[in-house]
Amino acid sequence: MIPLSWYLVLAAALFSLGLYGVLARKNAIAILMGVELMLNAVNVNLVAFWRYLTPDSVSGQAFAVMVFAVAAAEVAVGLALVISIYRRRKTVAADEINLMKW
Amino acid sequence: MTIATLTWLIPLPPLLAFFLILLFTRRNNAISHIVGVGTAALSWLLGMIVFIAAIGAEHLGENPITSSVGWLALGDKIFSIGVLIDPLSAVTLFFVAWTVLMIFIYSIGYHNFGQPKGAHDVPGLPPEGAEEHGHRVPSVEPMYARFFAFIGLFAFGMYTLVVSDNLLTLFVGWEIMGLCSYLLIGFWYAKPSAKAAAIKAFMTTRVGDVFMLLGIVALYSATGTLSFREILYSHEVLETLANTPAGVWGLSAAGLIGLLLFIGTVGKSAQWPLHVWLPDAMEGPTPVSAMIHAATMVSAGVYMVLRMFPLLSAGWVEGGDLTTTMTVMAFIGAFTALFAATIALAQKDIKRVLAYSTISQLGYMIAALGIGAYVAAAFHLVTHAFFKALLFLGSGSVIHGMEHGVLHTGEHIDAQDMFNMGGLKSKMPITFWTFLIGGFALSGFPLITAGFWSKDEILADAFANGRWIVFGVLALAAVLTAFYTMRQITLTFLGTPRTKAAEHASESVRTMTLPLIVLAVFAIGAGWVGIPESFPGIGGVLPSWFHDFVGGTLLEHPPAAVFNATPLLVSFAVALGGLGLGWLAYRRSGQTDPLRQPLGPIYTLLERKYYFDELYDWLFVRPVKWFAEQFTYLFLDRQVIDGILHRIARAAFSLGRIFRTYFDAPVVNGFGDFTASVTQSFGRALRKIQTGQVQQYLLFVALLAFGGLFYYLLTILQ
Amino acid sequence: MTVEQAVFLFTSFLILFSGFMMVTRQNLVHAALYLVVALFGVAVIFVLLEAGFLAVVQVLVYIGAIAILMIFAVMLTRGDVSQEQEPVNANFGWALLLAALFCFGLIVLIGQWPAIDSQAPALDPEADTVLDLGAALVSPDAYVIPFEVASVLLLAALIGALVVARPQKKNPRSAK
Repeated sequence: MIPLSWYLVLAAALFSLGLYGVLARKNAIAILMGVELMLNAVNVNLVAFWRYLTPDSVSGQAFAVMVFAVAAAEVAVGLALVISIYRRRKTVAADEINLMKW
Repeated sequence: MTIATLTWLIPLPPLLAFFLILLFTRRNNAISHIVGVGTAALSWLLGMIVFIAAIGAEHLGENPITSSVGWLALGDKIFSIGVLIDPLSAVTLFFVAWTVLMIFIYSIGYHNFGQPKGAHDVPGLPPEGAEEHGHRVPSVEPMYARFFAFIGLFAFGMYTLVVSDNLLTLFVGWEIMGLCSYLLIGFWYAKPSAKAAAIKAFMTTRVGDVFMLLGIVALYSATGTLSFREILYSHEVLETLANTPAGVWGLSAAGLIGLLLFIGTVGKSAQWPLHVWLPDAMEGPTPVSAMIHAATMVSAGVYMVLRMFPLLSAGWVEGGDLTTTMTVMAFIGAFTALFAATIALAQKDIKRVLAYSTISQLGYMIAALGIGAYVAAAFHLVTHAFFKALLFLGSGSVIHGMEHGVLHTGEHIDAQDMFNMGGLKSKMPITFWTFLIGGFALSGFPLITAGFWSKDEILADAFANGRWIVFGVLALAAVLTAFYTMRQITLTFLGTPRTKAAEHASESVRTMTLPLIVLAVFAIGAGWVGIPESFPGIGGVLPSWFHDFVGGTLLEHPPAAVFNATPLLVSFAVALGGLGLGWLAYRRSGQTDPLRQPLGPIYTLLERKYYFDELYDWLFVRPVKWFAEQFTYLFLDRQVIDGILHRIARAAFSLGRIFRTYFDAPVVNGFGDFTASVTQSFGRALRKIQTGQVQQYLLFVALLAFGGLFYYLLTILQ
Repeated sequence: MTVEQAVFLFTSFLILFSGFMMVTRQNLVHAALYLVVALFGVAVIFVLLEAGFLAVVQVLVYIGAIAILMIFAVMLTRGDVSQEQEPVNANFGWALLLAALFCFGLIVLIGQWPAIDSQAPALDPEADTVLDLGAALVSPDAYVIPFEVASVLLLAALIGALVVARPQKKNPRSAK
């Protein structure tokens, strides 16, 4: 059978990949994609813990459902922002959106 | 209210007048002269009350009216000041009160009270006349009130001097009079000659005053007191002073002190060699000349030596050798008497003749005192005050009359030059007769006039004590006195007028002629109280009243001179002879002096006053001026003191600059700038963190957050 | 090796590979498609964990909505020139380091946890997790409040997205 640690390692690796994507990618949409990866890693973690530690209580799945909702909302708003920025500045490269620069 | 208290009050009313007039009544002439004359009258009244009490007192010399208060605490002693009325101060008070009051009243008319203001009159110059109904009339003095204020202050000074009982307050009064003399001689301060004369008077008398102050100091240090009664009426003090050697010129302490005090009198009473200020002092208005330079201030000098006579004559006995001081006094007095009389012969200004006459008569008094004739000197002091004041006021009246004529005719002549006058007898009768009485008194016209009695007493004393040189000199001076007096009267009043102005002269107003009349009465009558008992015929009327009264001032009553016909005949001869010669020589004089030709260069010498003014100018004035200008001003003040100041300024300036360049700018400013630039560079460096790129911020956050978290989880939780 | 383990290994490799490809592709459409593959792999993981409902929701929501949305956004922002350049920015070195350290750290942390090798407990065969989940989401004793809050959040997100993405009025006054 699959020990818990395998799921956790998968989640960790996925999260790190998402983190790299957020920090290293220029395109804003690519950043948002990285965020999605991170959120999915969290979901994997949550469900794995639910299944292995408290399968009777349904809290783990409820939490995962919340994460889904939040992720959807966040993507919607984020992409709306990206589109708005694109309209104004004609660019979606994160390092060119630096009006707060000194 | 005792007599002593009244005596304290005598000097105060004129002082009050001074303050009231200067502070409040300056703009109103009438109120000012009412205040002035009123206070003078008040002092006169108090003086008369005190005088009457004094002559009624028994043995006033031994029990004088005194009152004193402790004033200054010095260590464990208390220095007292107070008033003293003994016979000498009583008779002095008498003539001072009368002459001062008469002069105050005279000033009202002299300064043309009630006349219109002149169109061109300015304060500081004598009034020049005003237009009224087409003619020119005399105008009122612009500084009218000021005059009364000043003579009020002067009267205060004189009264203080007379009633004081110690040398210190006497000196205070002396100096106040010196100040007023300066203020009043320079009354018309816009006239350069008046300004110069005022300074000359002050400076010359100051020379005398300095020595007098030294004498006072020496006296105080020798005896520890300045009170007259304590020094002059104590045999022990006088003997000690006479026997202590002073260490200089072989003098005793009494001799040195006496000599120093006498020098003060030489200055104040205008004796040779400090006589030069008195003739120039005629620049002041005539009441000033009368008061200060005839009746009171110059008399103060003689009063002081009369007062200090016991000290000056300490060690002298009647008939014995004179003390050094007395010899000096006799010499200077007699010399001055003759010297001034010769100069008076050649003067043409009516007031100058009288000025030199004053100097000469004061010389008489001092010579008399020098030979020990105490009472005679005091007697002459009293009578001289009256007739000299009379003569000066009379000359003022003459000048007013002449000025009236000048205004009328428009001639530009000197109204004071006797050679422009003549025939004024008919134009100004009251002035003429009173002036004649005064002149005769001055000359010593026999028997009637006061001057005769006093002058005769001096001559008699000199003769009786065998002082032949003094006798001869004084007799010669008497001849000259009579001569120049008659010269003056003849030129001024007799004969025919020499100028148009003299033809149009007119008599003066009542306020001027009334004092003349009063003083004339005294000029005649004051002598009769001094008729010696031993005089044939009239001797028994008021036998030697003056001699007995005033003689009581001294510790030992001086003996009366025995009657001798010789000095009497000499007096007669010199008086009548001089008068007669004067009349003869001048009765037909024109505009030039008839004696000028015969005397030739001697006349010029006399007219130029023996060139003493020029001598003093060369000897004293010029060197001092050079010193003041070249040395003190140009060198010391400009170069040394200013040089030091400039150098200090420059040094301070460079010091400041050094501070600025080397400390303030680099260190202080630099520190500020450094702080700012460091902050700026920090800022410039640190702001690079803020790139505006969100990912970079996130990177930092993630690094730090995860780093901390892992650190915590992996190490702490082990 | 059991079947489960093999499936798990294959699926996890797929997820990680497509995740890696996603974060390194320059072409965003490719990246989005790789994302879809990764999300699908996660759905399979959910099935392995016997959370079938969540697997279906994953496919519906993530792949059906979110990924499609991403593709739409990529298409709408196509005119950007910088898409021709490198896909990564200047910080990628630090980001790489951080991600590697983080992964490594997490793995170390996981390794220190004692219950790590626990096996999955047996499930109650009668239990209907979907029914329980539904009941829990609307039960006042359970998770109705988070459920309602999530609804509000979605409403807010909806309105917010509409407002933010609304086209600006094309008059010169608002050309700020």
